[in-house]
Amino acid sequence: MNRAKTLTLTAAMVLLTAAGSAYAGKTLDAIKERGFIKCGVSDGLPGFSYADEKGNYNGIDVDVCRAVAAAVFGDATKVKFTPLTAKERLTALQSGEIDVLSRNTTWTSSRDSAQGLNFTGITYYDGQGFLVNKKLGVKSAKQLDGATVCVQAGTTTELNLSDYFRTNKMKLTPISYDKSDESAKSLEAGRCDVLTSDQSQLYAQRIKLAKPDDYVVLPEVISKEPLGPVVRHGDDEWFDIVKWALFVMVNAEEMGITSKNVEEMKKSANPDIRRLLGVEGDKGKDFGLNNDWMAVVIKQVGNYGEVFDRNVGKGSPLKIERGLNALWTQGGLQYAPPVR
Amino acid sequence: MMTTDHAPAKPPFWNNPQVRAVAFQAIALIATVSFGLYLFANTQANLQRLGIASGFDFLSSPAGFDIIQSLIPYSATASYGQVFWVALLNTLLVAALGVILATLLGFVIGVARLSKNWLIARLALIYVETFRNIPLLLQIFFWYFAVLRSMPAPRLSYSLGDVVFLNIRGLYLPAPQVEPGFGWAIAAFGIAVFLTLVLVRWARQRQAATGRQFPVVSAALALLLCLPLLTFWLAGSPLHWQLPELQGFNFRGGWVLIPEMASLLLALTIYTAAFIAEIVRAGIQAVSHGQTEASFSLGMNPGKTLRLIILPQALRVIIPPLTNQYLNLTKNSSLAAAIGYPDLVSSFAGTVLNQTGQAIECIAITMAVYLSISLLISLLMNLYNRRAALVER
Repeated sequence: MNRAKTLTLTAAMVLLTAAGSAYAGKTLDAIKERGFIKCGVSDGLPGFSYADEKGNYNGIDVDVCRAVAAAVFGDATKVKFTPLTAKERLTALQSGEIDVLSRNTTWTSSRDSAQGLNFTGITYYDGQGFLVNKKLGVKSAKQLDGATVCVQAGTTTELNLSDYFRTNKMKLTPISYDKSDESAKSLEAGRCDVLTSDQSQLYAQRIKLAKPDDYVVLPEVISKEPLGPVVRHGDDEWFDIVKWALFVMVNAEEMGITSKNVEEMKKSANPDIRRLLGVEGDKGKDFGLNNDWMAVVIKQVGNYGEVFDRNVGKGSPLKIERGLNALWTQGGLQYAPPVR
Repeated sequence: MMTTDHAPAKPPFWNNPQVRAVAFQAIALIATVSFGLYLFANTQANLQRLGIASGFDFLSSPAGFDIIQSLIPYSATASYGQVFWVALLNTLLVAALGVILATLLGFVIGVARLSKNWLIARLALIYVETFRNIPLLLQIFFWYFAVLRSMPAPRLSYSLGDVVFLNIRGLYLPAPQVEPGFGWAIAAFGIAVFLTLVLVRWARQRQAATGRQFPVVSAALALLLCLPLLTFWLAGSPLHWQLPELQGFNFRGGWVLIPEMASLLLALTIYTAAFIAEIVRAGIQAVSHGQTEASFSLGMNPGKTLRLIILPQALRVIIPPLTNQYLNLTKNSSLAAAIGYPDLVSSFAGTVLNQTGQAIECIAITMAVYLSISLLISLLMNLYNRRAALVER
């Protein structure tokens, strides 16, 4: 199963060797010709990317890809989602299987350099935490000496976990699964005492358990996990489009533009808003797209605040506070460069 | 009838079969090599274009993650190269144990298939048909998620005299702790093995010369057991057992068999044994019944007939397909990745690949390792086959 997927990716890598040079720096052209964007998402994480019973994908990571599709095609539905495990995701992007990876992936120095990837921004400021059964009576992560911990293979959390236990001189027994569902099942069965992951994921995993109230997220946050969309090195035009699809949503929230009022806002006298919505100037064209693409993104997908609330915030079962993900004007870290 | 008086013209060189054979092989070789070179160069160019690091330097950088089972000293500060050895040994461990157990079980079931007892023969048939017709991955999931998940929590472990414990975290056994002086016992065992070999040789020669038999089995057992035990006692019993003990979340101390390894080993053994059983049955049936009758008429009992007459002849038929099963088992062990057993595919071609992003290097190393293991098994089995094969004179 997994071996098969790894081999497929390798085969894709080999094919890339034959076909790769054909579209060096031409990702956008290839996408336009194909008619849809290939977007890598997670294999099932409520709030971030999750397929409902009808097979429709929902989540904050999914909406980032929809925003890119709205920017390129003026139609947010022109996306094909590929569910990927943590282990498969980077190879899939490197080999050209997908155009953009939007899968709660942590921005790190080695991924940005040696792995040949570019992070386009930060969709969600996260940190690693621990989920435990209340029955254990553990109040702090410092009490986890000797615990068996379930973790997803090939993630930054796997590395942070080892670092944390080592620096605190605690004994660790890790079990690395490929899929987050397997980790959750193992926690429920008692194969491991603790499940570790990004805090947002822990809340998402918890509502998937049979008895969510029996489990508690420990207060410690042991790492910085800035999660964002990723593209390959070597195509700056495509890098800019993916980067700005997110910036547009953040700027829109800051300016008070929502998917509901975007048409009215086009009549606004504020030059910042007029530029963003493509009423004034030709900032949109500079990206090689329609001049009003930013307005289309806001209309079809919404601003950052709408996307957050609908998927992980107060309008969702997860009910996660904005916290670090509030706008910079409201004490958070979400900040986008100006459209100028 | 017409006759010609001149010799036929010499055919042109491209019609010469020898020249053609060489030419076609040369063309095929050049095409393969240039395709390989093209792939290599293009991969290099693409990696460079995308700015992905290449080469094997990453093997010496620190790994930074822990592994649940390691046969050699390993910690998160060790290098990726060390991860490779840990993962390789885990693969070899499960493959070697699987081969041994599957062979034993397979031979028993295979002989049982031919039993005259109706019940035993039917049970063996049901075993074979059930287990060889269910996909291996499902069997692994069955043992891991269905059977071993129903074990109790550590605090409620099943225990055997407070020495052996079984719970959802694994099977905990006491671990022997060696003290100085234990070397004497090992040396005594070595001497016992040597003496046994001498004894077997002497007994065989004596039987060939005089026809008199010697109770080799009981003598050898006595030698192999008593000599080391006596030495062990004389050296002052230089060994104690470290018992597993419940501390905090888990048992500590002792040996542990983790459920990931147990379910993988169970599934591999049971699945492959079903195939081996059929191979053994076919091998035994390939020996003509006249051999059995001849053996009985010489006064041999059924056990000796099977051991001395039937099996040596059946092995000639059994060994080649048995080699295939060993190779299958070794390669199938890579399904470990599905349940989190840290084997080569899961830890090296999985986690290391992902942490370093060097897909081509990791996959190439992994493929080379599986190829080498498979070729090595083939070589050993071929050597054994040469000994067992019918010697033609």
